[in-house]
Amino acid sequence: MDFTLSERDRMLQKSIREFAEKELPPRMDRMEETGEFPLDLLDGLAKMGILGVVTPREYGGSGLGHLARVLVLEQLGRICPAIPMSLEVHHMCIYGINTWGTEEQKKKYLPALADGKTLGVFAVTEPGGGSDVGGTQTTARLDGNDYVLNGRKCFITNAHVSDIWVVAAMTGEGRKGMSAFIVEKDFPGAGTGHVEDKLGLRGANTGELVLQDCRVPKENLLGGEGNGMSVALETIVKCGRTGMASVGLGILNAVLEEAVKFANERVLYGKPISRLQAIQFYLADIYSDLEIARLLAYRAGWLLDNELPADAEATLAKQWICEAAARSARKAVEIHGSYGILKEYPVQRLLRDALVTVPAGGTAEIAKVVLSRQAMS
Amino acid sequence: MCIKPVPDPKQADKMTIDGETGTMIRRDIPFVINPLDRHALEAAVQIRERHGGRVTAVSMAPGDALPVLKESLARGADRLVLLSDRRFAGGDTLATACVIASAVRHLGAFDLVMCGDETTDSGTFQVSAQIAEFLDVPNIMHVDDCRVSPGDGLRLRSRTEEGAFTAEGQFPMVVAVTVDINEPRYVTLMDVLDSESKEVVVLSADDLPLEEPWIGLEGSPTRVLELFEPERKNRAEMLSGTPAEQAEVLADRLRRMGFRNG
Repeated sequence: MDFTLSERDRMLQKSIREFAEKELPPRMDRMEETGEFPLDLLDGLAKMGILGVVTPREYGGSGLGHLARVLVLEQLGRICPAIPMSLEVHHMCIYGINTWGTEEQKKKYLPALADGKTLGVFAVTEPGGGSDVGGTQTTARLDGNDYVLNGRKCFITNAHVSDIWVVAAMTGEGRKGMSAFIVEKDFPGAGTGHVEDKLGLRGANTGELVLQDCRVPKENLLGGEGNGMSVALETIVKCGRTGMASVGLGILNAVLEEAVKFANERVLYGKPISRLQAIQFYLADIYSDLEIARLLAYRAGWLLDNELPADAEATLAKQWICEAAARSARKAVEIHGSYGILKEYPVQRLLRDALVTVPAGGTAEIAKVVLSRQAMS
Repeated sequence: MCIKPVPDPKQADKMTIDGETGTMIRRDIPFVINPLDRHALEAAVQIRERHGGRVTAVSMAPGDALPVLKESLARGADRLVLLSDRRFAGGDTLATACVIASAVRHLGAFDLVMCGDETTDSGTFQVSAQIAEFLDVPNIMHVDDCRVSPGDGLRLRSRTEEGAFTAEGQFPMVVAVTVDINEPRYVTLMDVLDSESKEVVVLSADDLPLEEPWIGLEGSPTRVLELFEPERKNRAEMLSGTPAEQAEVLADRLRRMGFRNG
């Protein structure tokens, strides 16, 4: 068993760290204030190869795979978790099209999703709920050479900053009644609705997609009629959960750094509070969460790269890490005392960001259903 | 162009000096490419992009520095040459320059040797000039602007304490750059991938046409007599009063120290 990162992985980790440390901080205040994704960053993200990290090279990506994606999202999340939140959903859109798309679909959409012109969307959740994928109410009816889609999608990351959406809709009844479609923002009847004003991860755009007699050409059916459930579930479980785990992992990095920094700087009773055992125990807890999170997230990425079963592992990584990020961020706020609730200290943002990761991409309860199945198998 | 692995300057505060032996204790500080060498490499890569040619990164370092040095390939060098031999260990600037110069000669014809002005772990500013001496070519340091001129040479601007001067010279030459010469580009994920197929050559003392006796600790005329940490003198003085009063006191002090308006 080899737990070391390869030379390549260490080098890409370092290069993304450098990019993140320089490019993200100047944009973060505005992201917090406006809740808008910094679109001027897209070009840089594309040039770095970050947008296309899971896109094969023949379609304009770097094709580095899932562990590389975890490392990239972790480094971005260490500085600004809202960025990897947006990107992880962008990657889901790419994953869906790359896994189930026809050659024509891949040629048309994958390069556009790697070159920085737009972000991608993967839209399953509806006002009726996200966990109950089978309860999807958006419909798709074949009419001549088009499918006509009607319905609303909500809690959709990148909704207002994306031109290319993968959307799940019902073409029939039951499990086999769901299909996936590639919808362009400019298709007739495609539109966006409400923008959500979130507690955390504010720089990641979240909102509604509105499909009103939206005409989608037949050739934009993704993965064949009736396969939408597979497209949705596999993408959410493998790509989505590993991605959310990486966002949480990025947050944990930042939480530990901020906690240690403050504990070393803050002097009480004539010495830094990091010399107090009560504070040291907090730091030990946060450090433990970070180290375990890293093992879980890297393992999930590694399993996917090696095409091994990873559903339970990715689910465990997502659920455990996002909970860990929330509890550790809370401890970091405690270490800061009253400073922890001031906006000039990043820990309060990290706590808000961590809280948003917990239900995003599947609640802890749904994760436990998956994990209990694995436990009993 | 020349690169050196140095302890990460961002973690320099972890470095201590052993009072008994007078040597540096680096603990677990990771090595990185000397920051100024990244600027030199960027300058070399920019020249290649505009005018063609080939960029070779050369470093004298222990073999385990190879992973760190490979970053030069991701940053645009076409090949990496590591000069690694136990006999090179402990060399001072003269011994280092001697080995690098003989490697440059060994590698064939060259137009330009690019270096950073100094390294963060020793800061002697000596190596580029010494390489030039060994190669018997001109050397110019403190360069913050560098363009290929029509006459097969370089037009350079060199910073001085008073300002700067512009110089022109013919290839071959040795140039040492400052941090202001450029902003090194980011290493993209594609750069990382592409670097894996680039050539890495490791040479030992036996591979090099070393004629001079200046090699390793034995061949180094420099002796470090003592290493010590500068004494920290806490001389900060806190001024009291309103901001206006504090400003007045401060201005008065500055005037008495010899600062004048304009």
